[in-house]
Amino acid sequence: MNALNPMILTLVTFVPLAGALLLTIFPRRDRDIRVFALAISLIDFFLSLHLLAHFHRNLAGFQYEIDRVWIPHPNIHYHLGIDGISLWLVVLTTFLTPLCVLISWHSIHDRVKEFFILLLILETAMIGVFVTLDLFAFYFFWEATLIPMALLIGMYGHGRKVYAAVKFFLYTMIASVFMLAAILWLYARVGSFDFVTIQNAARSGQVADFSSASLWLFLGFFIAFAVKVPLFPFHTWLPDAHVEAPTAGSVLLAGVLLKMGTYGLLRFNLGLFPEQARANAPWIMVLALIGIIYGALVAMVQPNMKKLIAYSSISHLGFVVLGIFSFTQAGLDGATYVMLAHGISTGGLFMLAGILYERRHTYEISEYGGLATSMPIYSTFFCFVMLASVGLPLLNGFVGEFLVLSGAFQARPIYGILGATGVIWSACYLLWMYQRVFFGQIKHKVNATLPDMNFREQLALWPACIVALIMGVAPLLWLNAIDPAVHAALTPYVNFAGQFASKVVGQ
Amino acid sequence: MTPHLHLWLIPLLPLAGAAINGFFGRRFSRQAVSTVALLFSGAAFAMALWVAGQFSSLTLPYIETLAPWMRAGSFQVDFAFYFDQLSLVMLMVVTGVGFLIHIYSVGYMWTEGGFYRFFTYLNLFMFFMLTLILASNYLLMFIGWEGVGLASYLLIGFFFLKDSAAAAGKKAFIVNRVGDFGFLIALFLLIKHFGSLNYADLAGSISPLHIETSAGLLTAIGILLMVGAAGKSAQIPLYVWLPDAMEGPTPVSALIHAATMVTAGVYMVSRSHVIFERAPIAMTVVAIIGTLTAFFAATIGITQTDIKKVLAYSTVSQLGYMFIGCGVGAFSAGIFHLMTHAFFKGLLFLAAGSVIHAVGGEQDMRKMGGLRTKIPWTFWTMTAGTFAIAGIPPLAGFFSKDEILWQASRVSMIYWAVGILTAFLTSFYMFRQWFMTFFGEYRGEQHGHGSHSHGSPGHDSHDNHGHGGVHESPAVMLAPLVILAILSVVGGWVGIGNRFENFLAPVFHSTATISADSFDAPSMSAEPKNEEAGKSTELLFTEISVGVGVLGFLLAWQLYYRRPELPAEIALKLNGLYHTVLHKYYVDEIYAAIIVKPLIAISTVVFWKGIDRGMIDATLDGSAEGAREVSDTMRHMQSGNIRSYAGWVAAGAACIIVFMTWMAVGTR
Repeated sequence: MNALNPMILTLVTFVPLAGALLLTIFPRRDRDIRVFALAISLIDFFLSLHLLAHFHRNLAGFQYEIDRVWIPHPNIHYHLGIDGISLWLVVLTTFLTPLCVLISWHSIHDRVKEFFILLLILETAMIGVFVTLDLFAFYFFWEATLIPMALLIGMYGHGRKVYAAVKFFLYTMIASVFMLAAILWLYARVGSFDFVTIQNAARSGQVADFSSASLWLFLGFFIAFAVKVPLFPFHTWLPDAHVEAPTAGSVLLAGVLLKMGTYGLLRFNLGLFPEQARANAPWIMVLALIGIIYGALVAMVQPNMKKLIAYSSISHLGFVVLGIFSFTQAGLDGATYVMLAHGISTGGLFMLAGILYERRHTYEISEYGGLATSMPIYSTFFCFVMLASVGLPLLNGFVGEFLVLSGAFQARPIYGILGATGVIWSACYLLWMYQRVFFGQIKHKVNATLPDMNFREQLALWPACIVALIMGVAPLLWLNAIDPAVHAALTPYVNFAGQFASKVVGQ
Repeated sequence: MTPHLHLWLIPLLPLAGAAINGFFGRRFSRQAVSTVALLFSGAAFAMALWVAGQFSSLTLPYIETLAPWMRAGSFQVDFAFYFDQLSLVMLMVVTGVGFLIHIYSVGYMWTEGGFYRFFTYLNLFMFFMLTLILASNYLLMFIGWEGVGLASYLLIGFFFLKDSAAAAGKKAFIVNRVGDFGFLIALFLLIKHFGSLNYADLAGSISPLHIETSAGLLTAIGILLMVGAAGKSAQIPLYVWLPDAMEGPTPVSALIHAATMVTAGVYMVSRSHVIFERAPIAMTVVAIIGTLTAFFAATIGITQTDIKKVLAYSTVSQLGYMFIGCGVGAFSAGIFHLMTHAFFKGLLFLAAGSVIHAVGGEQDMRKMGGLRTKIPWTFWTMTAGTFAIAGIPPLAGFFSKDEILWQASRVSMIYWAVGILTAFLTSFYMFRQWFMTFFGEYRGEQHGHGSHSHGSPGHDSHDNHGHGGVHESPAVMLAPLVILAILSVVGGWVGIGNRFENFLAPVFHSTATISADSFDAPSMSAEPKNEEAGKSTELLFTEISVGVGVLGFLLAWQLYYRRPELPAEIALKLNGLYHTVLHKYYVDEIYAAIIVKPLIAISTVVFWKGIDRGMIDATLDGSAEGAREVSDTMRHMQSGNIRSYAGWVAAGAACIIVFMTWMAVGTR
């Protein structure tokens, strides 16, 4: 046992917050503030590597657990712990945050201090969502992500930023109220906010009125998460939020915040309400499929690059939901993998879009064209990340999509077939955009002299590209930890799940 | 004792070349770039030769497992390589022809910008293609499958300043993705019902199954695999990308869009013969698609005036022949034609490149003519290729095409009849090209002052290729031409006496027990009874197929050599038909009208502006009004003072805690 293990989750979660607090008394020297924020986020990333190093990959269940009474009445615990699914989401968060600091280096020049304070608070809140096992604390962190993110959009965004921030805030806030109601109902009946306690109580049938209320509880959680994912038709806040958000906001919004929704579905909707999850799966799958196809088609016709990427997120997150509600090992493994892969590649795409915005202050695709001539390095990075997003084998996108679709196909072939059309759509919208932005002659003179990516910008993109490649070539590094956790999550569904090789023909 | 082959090195060598040139090529000289590219693709070829040398000492199929790739529950996919007679044929073709075309490209691309980029992509292509043919499971094959599509996309769009090139690359990728969709569904079916994607496992679990008399699981898998093959190998209805792909540099057309990548579908269907043999309906689908494509593309080939477009449609048509072979169960005949086609079509494209190079980037055959004496090496090598594809004995194309037609005739005379008709058309349009290019008077511009028609649409932008009038290509380009010409002449002789078929027999005829001593498997060609009658029929059919080849030559000679004014008159008389064919039956226009445009219109008008903005956001209109009011309030909150934000955060948290405590106590 490592001495750090009992407190490592606390450290990883609250180091950014401590950094943010220190920043409040920091002198207003922008450069130092940036360096400090980068240092804090890097320290947190290295701390999170400890999680990876000492994680027991063949074990299901929660590790690095810490459980202390926080408030005795009501019975709220400080209960942290991660399994193979949340482990990677935590690392994804700590991985993306330093890149966000780098990419915001010069694009944020006003109120720099507040920006990085908000960013670090946001990091703590996001990690908190993934590590906490107490429903009250979960709800607290869940709401806590809203405030810094809304402020990042509202203060540092562009265009109709306040409208976008308020839309984002209200959508998610209102939806969360339903989850709060469900959590309170559970607390009232079980007397605990503890996830494991509630889960055990529900499974052993000790909760009064559980079966009659479970549909409403399920829906309460579901609404909150579905808005966050976002699932069709709750998605219209997302394109607005993305377009107006600063680059770092978009990266974290797409990279991490959306995953809070899918993580919640997996952890709570599946974990607490197996029967309801099973009963409601068909229409949720349909919504996911609509998201995949509809998101991609709407992405295809966007004249705005960032909106295009935003709609593509809706499509990709549809894959995650499809995988989760297939209740198959492959589907859930794949869904978790898509969460991570999407964080890397869409995060990368948003960073790249931001780099272009810094130079031209527009996301309109028609303002570009022929950039391959003036910005060859940028074009190459963009091409690589685009291919990762399209799901080219040996890059990160493919593994997850393949597993999700094969899982969905096992659940019901038509789900897999409709979902698989996604491979066509994603090629359509991204390649078409790439052609219009990078190929052909330069149509606007100003684009001929755009500077190519500088060292700092490359520094922000290299890690994403390298991880995208490793995730494609050696997915077992990730799946080793995910697989047992998914297996445990699927235990209540085992009779229902179509297992691999269950029907080997051998007469 | 089976030697360890280290098969993984064969694809990885070109990948190393691609990596070196990709990362450092910008700073390299052209000599250094070409040295790296040739070294690594040549090493792959050398390695393939060495493997071929070890062949007799191997227990086949030889499987080499490197590492696991992905796993979900009990389903696992490995990085593993599979080697048997079929792999050997593909390996020799891909590394051999690939290496020759690398050499040729050094000369052809020497004056182009982006030299290192070109060779990076070309080596990358070799990596993916070799992965495709050496994979031991369908998912690893799929890596190569998508990867060659990527290389194709990058190389078609190599001259990305041209909008047409960029559009063609995108089109190729997307159309291929439509095929990949079918491929993927087939894989899902295999996983669902057999729990594995390994060739060896699947052969084990499928072999005991009975032949499906009506459409069943294997039929569905077979047809879906064929959808994938139709995308990659440019068959109806997914062939539309290949003619456009001619926007790429000519060596790319030779390597990727003629000799290797486009044959991947044929390879994949042959590799899946265990499935197809038990799914006669799927086989029929393959044969019909092949037959239709062969004929359809040949008719378009007749009217094209762009030297590369003729060859492109010819490729589509010849791939159709290969699928006829697969569809009638003569997989080895299909692979045989794949190999000879790689020789002569690779040669024809390289020779066409040499012609284009000679006349300063011109691709329109109407502006050529009389080049016979000016570029003799090109002329003679291209002559070998033309006679080979026209099916004139004893050149390579004769043997393989004849074998396919003979096997097809034993299944249905319709396949044979259409095949013969196509053979006639093939011979005609190839000799038409031959006469238009090399005979008669030179009809192009004279390059007296070194000025030439660069920038005209449809050529490779060879800005420096017009210097000093029509000129022969350098030796580095001619050497591959000569080697391929020799192969186009003698390459078919390995088929004499069914030697080629017997070589592949262990792959295609021992499916029930795939690891059994495969060399003793009986060849099932030519039933013992009626052998005499069969032989004489076969001879008659051979005579007919040679006859139509000669007839095509004579017709072309009449129309494009003796009476060159006639074609225009005929075209005038058959105006409607001529224009329909000239415009490729308007298939691109039809696809645009019924798929592309409606899709974009519906996405824009209905989905985006209708549902997203209109319905969903409008439903929230009331709340949007509210949101606007709230946003006014919010604006006051945004004082820019961080302490006030912190205050709001704390206040919010406090509210929640108070609320919850109250709730908790209240419900108790």
